[in-house]
Parts: sequence; structure tokens; C-alpha cells
Amino acid sequence: MNKAADLVEDRNDGGNVIRLSGSLAIACLRDLPDRLDAVQGPVQAIDLAGVDHMDTIGAWTVHRTVRRLGCDVTGASDDARRLIDAVGELDEPVPIRPDYVHPLRRVVGQIGDAVIASGATLLGLLGFFGATLIATWSVIRHPHRFRINAVVQRFEVVGVSALGIIGLMSFLIGIVIAQQGSVQLRQFGMEMLTINLVGRLTFRELGVLMTAIMVAGRSGSAFAAQLGTMKLTEEVDAMRTIGVSPMEALVLPRTLAVVVMMPLLGFYASVMAVIGGGFLCAIALEIPPITFIQRLREVVPITDLWVGLIKAPVFGIIIALSGCFQGMQVKANAEEVGLRTTAAVVQAIFLVIVLDAFFAVFFTWVGWN
Amino acid sequence: MSEEEIQQAEERRIDQAVETADIAISVRGLRNSFGDQVVHEGLDLDVRKGEILGVVGGSGTGKSVLMRSIIGLQTPDEGEIRVFGESMIGRLDDEALAIRKRWGVLFQGGALFSTLTVAENVEVPIREYYPNIGAQLRDEIAAYKIRMTGLPAEAGPKYPAELSGGMRKRAGLARALALDPDLLFLDEPTAGLDPIGAAAFDDQTRRLQQTLGLTVFLITHDLDTLYSICDRVAVLADRKVTAIGTIEELLATDHPWIQEYFNGPRGRAATAAVTREKDREQTRAALSPPDGRR
Repeated sequence: MNKAADLVEDRNDGGNVIRLSGSLAIACLRDLPDRLDAVQGPVQAIDLAGVDHMDTIGAWTVHRTVRRLGCDVTGASDDARRLIDAVGELDEPVPIRPDYVHPLRRVVGQIGDAVIASGATLLGLLGFFGATLIATWSVIRHPHRFRINAVVQRFEVVGVSALGIIGLMSFLIGIVIAQQGSVQLRQFGMEMLTINLVGRLTFRELGVLMTAIMVAGRSGSAFAAQLGTMKLTEEVDAMRTIGVSPMEALVLPRTLAVVVMMPLLGFYASVMAVIGGGFLCAIALEIPPITFIQRLREVVPITDLWVGLIKAPVFGIIIALSGCFQGMQVKANAEEVGLRTTAAVVQAIFLVIVLDAFFAVFFTWVGWN
Repeated sequence: MSEEEIQQAEERRIDQAVETADIAISVRGLRNSFGDQVVHEGLDLDVRKGEILGVVGGSGTGKSVLMRSIIGLQTPDEGEIRVFGESMIGRLDDEALAIRKRWGVLFQGGALFSTLTVAENVEVPIREYYPNIGAQLRDEIAAYKIRMTGLPAEAGPKYPAELSGGMRKRAGLARALALDPDLLFLDEPTAGLDPIGAAAFDDQTRRLQQTLGLTVFLITHDLDTLYSICDRVAVLADRKVTAIGTIEELLATDHPWIQEYFNGPRGRAATAAVTREKDREQTRAALSPPDGRR
């Protein structure tokens, strides 16, 4: 059964006959298809008398040669005849890959698709924000529908569980700012200004910004994945048919939790960053902690704290909305959950940074600098 | 021992030897467990060459686990599994390769590679195992395999995400058949298909099995499938194969699950449908002219 397939060209006066022998199965074909392709006509017949076993791939190899050379098949066993007939009936061109599109056209098409998609997403997000406001208003009008347990549970997941990682991250960032700043400022002999740098930068910008990025990565993605999975398992639809509004039951508690937690986490992150900066100042610049704190109180205006704390809940809304919005957009399959989760995080971080730029201009304009 | 007895023993031995040669899969003393939960305990099963064996059982009786054990995706705790006489337990991937080429598996959802088109999916096993097959011949093979499973030619360049559930199963079947296997594993092939699609799939399976001389290991919940295409049915219950045989033989046993399964309302409906179909065929045969044309 495992004899290699072989071919002999037999030339006589009646015309050429190709004699195949051995096993015409995929494992034994070796170079037979190529050798058959190399045979040039005219050929009278293909003789299969020496073939002891055949599968459909062998049958197809015979069939395509018969089709190309227009010859007969002789000496085939019943099984072989049946297989060749069976595959012969299926002889119809089937395209293997999608049609080729010129790269230039494809790129233009993709750019167009991306523009439409981002426009639609922005509009959708705006609409989702509106739906959240409506849900908020209806909960304010019917306070018994407010799900306090769900909100408190989110407080823990979004806020308390994040304390460790956000604290560590902020502490390290404080060290990095102080270290890099001191290296530059030393050139002017003004290492003391490192304290200004650390204090103002963290309270005003980095504390809240880094927290927003971390919360987007931790909670925004989780929201998208949770809601996306719930959409897939039709939980959200079930909720709707029972008369529970998914906006009130799912989106509102999450949004509220992030909005409340962001200022707290942001403040905590700023403090941790200042501690990190103070730690480096004490170690590397030999500024005693007490001097550090005293100087900090002199140079950091209280408005810096307000700037950070005002930005934080706005960032929170952006993060929660992006996560919930993308999650609720899941329709087709599990693969989409992954894509939407990624989109939620990217969108949230991007919008947070854009908004941060606006805030920077705004606060300078109102004179809080 | 008398001469007669010796002769009888000899005959039994020969019978056994003949039987082993006819067996495609043999499972002996299989034990599978997940943590504390024992799924199989002392499970024995023989699948004969050239038959369609239906495997049934309630949810959680380990039908899929049995299939996964046989194809080597799940290492059993104990037991012996032979496919075409070769032991599959504790084999390295390389050693099992020769056997692996001789079977095709259709997973429940089709398990198509999502980044490849249907035709490219079918080409994967050929490309992997037989690089000597040229690109053009490979495309042609993929083409007739796709047509063989009843998919239209337009399905070839589509991606799995663009296909319906039924088409995805057919595409999965085409890939399972890519290497002309001797043994085909089907995991709930008709689950999630509409009755017409399911009947068509059954029909296709039967036809392919006859044309290609396949041995089919078929896990199913579908009573119609059992009645219409399975040669024998194995019932998984109480952690082993409780009964195996034709449906008539199973109906003769008095295991409560089997009785409930086949004699429940759905079972009776399927039986009635088969009886009706047989009657109709007989009538048709009686009415049609002797040369068989209508």
C-alpha cells in the first residue's frame, strides 16, 4: 500500500500510453504530479492497471492530466473509476483569495474607512454621553432606582484596589522628575528649584494625568470587556426585556464610581509623587525633608491643587464613557470584545490628553499660573 | 482438553485476530478526571473500520473529552488507546504524526483559522505535511474539496467571519478532509443548524463516507442524525460506554437513560419519521417500473 507512485511513458504505433503504478495516495505521490505535468501530448491513454491504491488526491491528479491531454483512462479498478468520476464532477474553478486590489486604492479606501469610523465613534460617544445624562436625570427624579450597592462595589474595584499600583507608579515618577530636574538645574546652581518642579508638576499635571492613564488601563478596559461580554451573552438584552435600563444599571454606577474615585486617586498620586521627589532630594541633593516641605508650601500655590482636582472628574467621565460605550458597541463575536477593549483604552487616553491640553490653556487664561 | 475444545479455542483466537484487523480505534480502561470529578472510569470502546459510529450521552458525560483523548488533546490518567493498531498514549508529537495525517477533525464551531480564507484554510494541512505538492495543484485540491462538502465556489475567497454557521461547519469539514483521511472525527456537526441544513449535512456525511470509505466517529445530540446515518451508536453513561450497537439493539436494553432517550417524545418522533420514510420507499419501489426509472 505504501509503494511510491511511478510513471512510465510507453510509446508504440497506436500512440503514447502513460502507465502509472504504485500507490496514488497523497503520501506516496512525491514528484508524480510534476512529472505528469511535464508529459507532452499526444497521449492516447493513461493506464492505471498497475495502481494498487488511490485516494481523491491521486484521482484528481489523473483527472487534471486527462483534462489537459484529452486522453482516456484504461485499466482502472472500480474504486479508482468511482473516485475519478466523483472528483471529475466537482471540477469547477474556485477562487482561493479575495480579488487583488491595487495597494494605492486599498490605502485610500482604508483611510476613508478610518475617517468615517472615527467620525461615527465621536458622534456615538457624544450620543452616549447624552443618554447617560438622561439616565442620570431620571435617577435623580426617581431616587429609589439609584443602585447604591453597585456604586460602592465599583468604588472598591476602581479605587481601593488601584491604590497599590498607582501609589508605586507615582512614587517612582516623583523620583524620576526630581532626578532628571536636578541634573539640569545643577548647571545653573539652582538645585533648590527641583522642589518647585516636583511640587508644581505633580499637583498640576502629572498626578492626575498618570492616574487617568492607569485608571483607563485598569478600569476602562475592564468596563469594555465586561459590558461587551454581557452584550454577547444577551444579558443586556435580557435586562432590557425585564424593564431594567442598562444605562441605569450598568453604565451609571460605573461612571459615578470613576468620577468620584478619580479626584481621590489623583490627589493620592500627587502626594505619593511628592514623597518620591522628597525622597530623592533627601538622598541625592541632601535637602532635608523638613526643608523640602517648607519650601513646597512656599512655591506651590493652592490653585495648583484646584487645577488637578477640577480636571480629575472630567477625565473620569471620559474614561468611564469610553469603556462603557465601546463595550455596548459589541455585536458579533468574541473577537470584537478584544478589539473594543483596546479601542476603549486608546480612545480614553487620547481624549484625556487632548482635554488636558485644553485645560492647560484655559487655566492659564483665567490666571491660575 | 478435548480435541473439540482446542479447535474451538483456536477458532476464537482467529475470530479475535480478524476483529482486531477490522478495528480503527480501540480504547481500553480509559480513565479521565478533572480534579475530584471523574469523567471516565474503565471505559472500553471499539470503532470498526468503515462504520459511522454515533456517540451519545447526557451533558457532562464526557463525549468531547473522549474524542479529545483519542486525538491526543487530553492526556488520560490511565488506559490504552490504539488508533489503527498504534498506541497513542505517551507518544511524542513526531511519532504520532504518521497517524495524525490519517485523521481529520471537525470541531464544534468549525475552528477555522480566522486570518485565512476558506480555501487557504483547506490548504493548511496540505502545505504543512506535503510541501512537495505544487501551488497550482494545491489550489485545485482545495477547490474540489470545497465543492465536495457542498459549499458554493464563491465561498472559497471568503473569511470565516463572513460565513454562516452551517457554511463554517462545511468549511471545517473540507479542511478535515484535506489529506483524504481514513478516520473522521465530527463533534456535534449538526448542532446549531436548521433542520434542512442538518439533514443536508447528514446526507453529505453519508455520501462522503461511502465515496471515500471513511470511518466516522460522530458525537451528536441529534436523534435524526443517529437514525439516518449511524451504523452503530455508543451510549456514554455512568462514566463508561454503557451500551453499543444498532439502535434496535439499544432499544432492547433496559438501561433507564437509553429508554428515556430513544422513547422520549423526541425519540419517538424520530423513530416515526424513519418508519414513514421506509414505508414511502417501499411504496415507491412497488410503484416504480422494473427498470428503476420514474
